[in-house]
Amino acid sequence: MPELLEVRSLHVDVEGKRVLRGVDLTLRQGEIHAVMGPNGSGKSTLAYTIAGRPGYEVVEGDILLEGESIVDLEPEERALKGVFLGFQEPPPLPGVRLSSLVVAAVNKRMGVESLSRAADPKVFGRLVAALQRVGLTAEYAQRELHVGFSGGEKKRVEVAQALVLDPKVVILDEPDSGLDIDGVRVVASIIRDLRESGKGVLLITHYARLLQYVKPDRVTVLVDGRVAARGGPELAEEIERKGYGAVAGQAPAGTA
Amino acid sequence: MESARSLLPERLPEEILGYASPTRAKLEFRGRISRSLIEEISRVKKEPDWMRRLRLRALELFEKLPTPNWVIGVDEIDLDELSHYVKPEVDAPAESWDELPREIREYYEKLGIPELEAKLLAGLSVQFESETVYHKVKEFLEKRGVIMLPMEEAVRRYPDLVKQYFARVFPPSDHKFAALHVALWSGGAFVYVPKGVRIYEPVEAFFLIGRSLEAQFEHTLVVADEGSYIHFIEGCSAPMFKGYSFHDGMVEIYAHRNSVVKFTTIQNWSRNVINFNNKRGIAEEGARIDWIEGSIGSKITYTYPSTVLRGRGSSSSSIVVQLAKGPYIKDSGSKMIHLAPDTRSRIVNKSISVDGGVNIYRGLVRIAKGARRARAHVECQSLILDDRSVAYTYPHNQVDEPTAQVTHEATTGRIGEDQLFYLQQRGLTEQEATSLLVMGFLEDVMGDLPFEYAAVLRRVIEIEFARLGGVG
Repeated sequence: MPELLEVRSLHVDVEGKRVLRGVDLTLRQGEIHAVMGPNGSGKSTLAYTIAGRPGYEVVEGDILLEGESIVDLEPEERALKGVFLGFQEPPPLPGVRLSSLVVAAVNKRMGVESLSRAADPKVFGRLVAALQRVGLTAEYAQRELHVGFSGGEKKRVEVAQALVLDPKVVILDEPDSGLDIDGVRVVASIIRDLRESGKGVLLITHYARLLQYVKPDRVTVLVDGRVAARGGPELAEEIERKGYGAVAGQAPAGTA
Repeated sequence: MESARSLLPERLPEEILGYASPTRAKLEFRGRISRSLIEEISRVKKEPDWMRRLRLRALELFEKLPTPNWVIGVDEIDLDELSHYVKPEVDAPAESWDELPREIREYYEKLGIPELEAKLLAGLSVQFESETVYHKVKEFLEKRGVIMLPMEEAVRRYPDLVKQYFARVFPPSDHKFAALHVALWSGGAFVYVPKGVRIYEPVEAFFLIGRSLEAQFEHTLVVADEGSYIHFIEGCSAPMFKGYSFHDGMVEIYAHRNSVVKFTTIQNWSRNVINFNNKRGIAEEGARIDWIEGSIGSKITYTYPSTVLRGRGSSSSSIVVQLAKGPYIKDSGSKMIHLAPDTRSRIVNKSISVDGGVNIYRGLVRIAKGARRARAHVECQSLILDDRSVAYTYPHNQVDEPTAQVTHEATTGRIGEDQLFYLQQRGLTEQEATSLLVMGFLEDVMGDLPFEYAAVLRRVIEIEFARLGGVG
């Protein structure tokens, strides 16, 4: 059986500059894979490239979802196949209510042409439940998405969308930045639930703080666009104690 | 949401109505605009002499006034090749849809007008080519003394009432096309709301042009007596045909003391129509006039809803949403003329330009000396979706009163790559993402439209952007 998500020898250029220089990584169902690394190491580039962001040019390597290459697919095609990205800095969308986006996104997944009329009457209930799960009131469903949101609100709303849209792969880019400690606990418990329900979670994080609350099954450390180290949860603990300098250059050869 | 689906069409007029089906005309006057042509129209309509003379005076003005040289595309119109009066094969306005010839009835059925009438409207007047073909008013309106009639019938039955207002709110001397309209007017609706009568169910007039090289000149006159309330909706549409047709309609509103008139236009002509829409209202003391216009279709549209705030404490708003998608032009702008103290006005203009579309805003706020403490606010927001499309904003303020306050905000926005990618990541195509962002741009004015009409506008925009590609 093919892996859920497989990144093979990925080299990526952004604005003519090489940012990823050969990244290999595997994500299995029901697994949390943490991608760590200092600023500028290519973590967000990896997330955007998997999601297919225009301008992130794959010059070498491949990305496979359940054994099929997705590198040539449009971002929306990848999304509909089950790739979800929770943004680190989601852009404000003036006038677009969270509920409007969720209705449109769920309708697309059901193959319904209209974007504005909920094809599934339960979608509003599911959205409200997801909002409550991330510690927000139902009122946020009617808010303009990410307009005037605090850092913490943005993160909670991103995670809430992952719950409603039911993807296979959940990529969360720094889901804990801007969150207070209660928020970190809530997000961590949702990540554990996502793993429990069989999803693969690619957890991108600079600090190990979040990893105190959610133990990753695997850890990959990126430095300067390359895999600098791989390991289990103990690697995250080591980074927290000693910093990235201590683990860089330990990358074992062989499987990701 | 469910009710809107069954009530109103979800497609553009081109798709709903398709190509024009041939309809027979009982009478058709084509060609050069002359005194004898106008006398013939007046004779056919069995008008009183004052109206015939008013038309002839307007003709003289038309001949004298210069063609406005600032409007783009006006040179495309060759008035001598148009049919200025087309009477369809309907003798008198029907009161039941079954009485209409099938090919005419089908147009309105495809547009969902009969369902809308049954569900929402207190009265409906429907025009095909130059004449009202269907007119029906619900009984409770008549019981409360409201007069709603096809314009010609109002001229015959209530000459003293009509004479006081007709072509007085918008005089034919204003510009060449206003004069042309008054000389050739045909069809339209008259509404009078008596003192203190407040009608919350809207009334509607719907205009359809069914053929090429036709000129349509319907005249709408709304008179709200003291303390009354009325909401008038006008809609227009046309099938596709070869060449073009010309629309030069006029709306006059007279809002007496403390009355409120809300006037909503959903303009959805096919791409074959060159559309002039002359709109003006006068507000007396404490009265309010609110214009709302969704300007979607047509080849070229010129529309400048205007209010003369004549009485102390009167107020007005004008919200115009204009979409120029493809090689089409929307030239519009609201005008607020403050003549009395404590008057207030608000103009909101939102334009969306895409695929080479051109939007132009020409607005005017004039505050006369003595209009103390008058306040006016203008907001122009342009959304430009690609490099081939443009939006021009020409606001003009003329303030002769030192205690007045006039504020103006203008913003030009584009859709960000990060916004598109975010929405694509949620599963939408680039076009769908664009349509969602465009609807977001309009969200804050959608609430001013009746629910069913807002649903139509949303759906039309969704379709306009979700296919045809080419965005970005």
